Amino acid sequence: MTPNLAAILYLIAGVCFIMALRGLSSPGTARRGNLYGIFGMIIAVGTTLAQPGIEDYLWIVIGIGIGGLIGTIIALKIPMTAMPQLMAGFHSLVGLAAVLVAGAALYIPEVFHIGTLGDIKLISRIEMSVGVIIGALTFTGSVVAFAKLQELVSGAPLVFRGQHLLNLLIALLIIGLAVLFCIDQSPTIFWIMTAVALLFGVLMIVPIGGADMPVVISMLNSYSG
Amino acid sequence: MEYIFEIHPLIIAITVFVLAVFVGYYVVWSVTPALHTPLMSVTNAISSVIIVGALLAAAPLDSSIGKIFGGIAVGLAAVNIFGGFTVTQRMLSMFKKKQ
Repeated sequence: MTPNLAAILYLIAGVCFIMALRGLSSPGTARRGNLYGIFGMIIAVGTTLAQPGIEDYLWIVIGIGIGGLIGTIIALKIPMTAMPQLMAGFHSLVGLAAVLVAGAALYIPEVFHIGTLGDIKLISRIEMSVGVIIGALTFTGSVVAFAKLQELVSGAPLVFRGQHLLNLLIALLIIGLAVLFCIDQSPTIFWIMTAVALLFGVLMIVPIGGADMPVVISMLNSYSG
Repeated sequence: MEYIFEIHPLIIAITVFVLAVFVGYYVVWSVTPALHTPLMSVTNAISSVIIVGALLAAAPLDSSIGKIFGGIAVGLAAVNIFGGFTVTQRMLSMFKKKQ
């Protein structure tokens, strides 16, 4: 498959995703919208699997098989009243997946055509930093949201003195680490940055009460998307 | 191949990003409030398109830490894709009965 053909197929997948959201404008078209979404995802995955770099299908088959089975069973069994925490739970998985993909790009950049080990393109280093930070805080933030909604922890907002100052300092630290990583692309700094972003995700969500969680989930959803 | 315009790939990427922001904004505003929960689950499923990156990382012949990361990420994203679309379908079928 030529890169141009692949790009056109990805474009079609993107159009399908827009149609999926558009379908939700009325209940009558909503189900067709969901089918557009599924179709778009099949095109995106299929196009990727036809890329020349895809040589070993074992992990892919196992991953999609096990993950797909678990996802389908959860989706069929979950009571409708548990929907908010299900969204939070699912969302934490996307965050974690984003962290892992950015981590993979750090060790095997050649599969993404973004350079070689220790010599990754600057623009890609910036993308990886943004991706891993957002992925990490989406992950822990969603886990906290899930725990509050499931009432594993108290849904009451947790506030303490100097909270805003602490959050501001941590945000600045994350930006500083991202700049350092973009300069010297050291894996150590990458993982410290990830760890601080994981902590930041928790701190961002603990002051928010259980009732506001659906808003938080939508917000985290938009971050990672 | 000869290119007539020499545009930096970064500019093209920014163009796509800005247009996508506008499309997303207007499309989501058009969603009827009753369908906001399916909207969350379907955007959640669509955001799992990150599986594309995970597939690339999980696919090389030689094993490495990056390949392990990719394999796990494929599994996580698959939970979301299958779970997200299935649960959306379930919610929407309930909607249909009420109508």
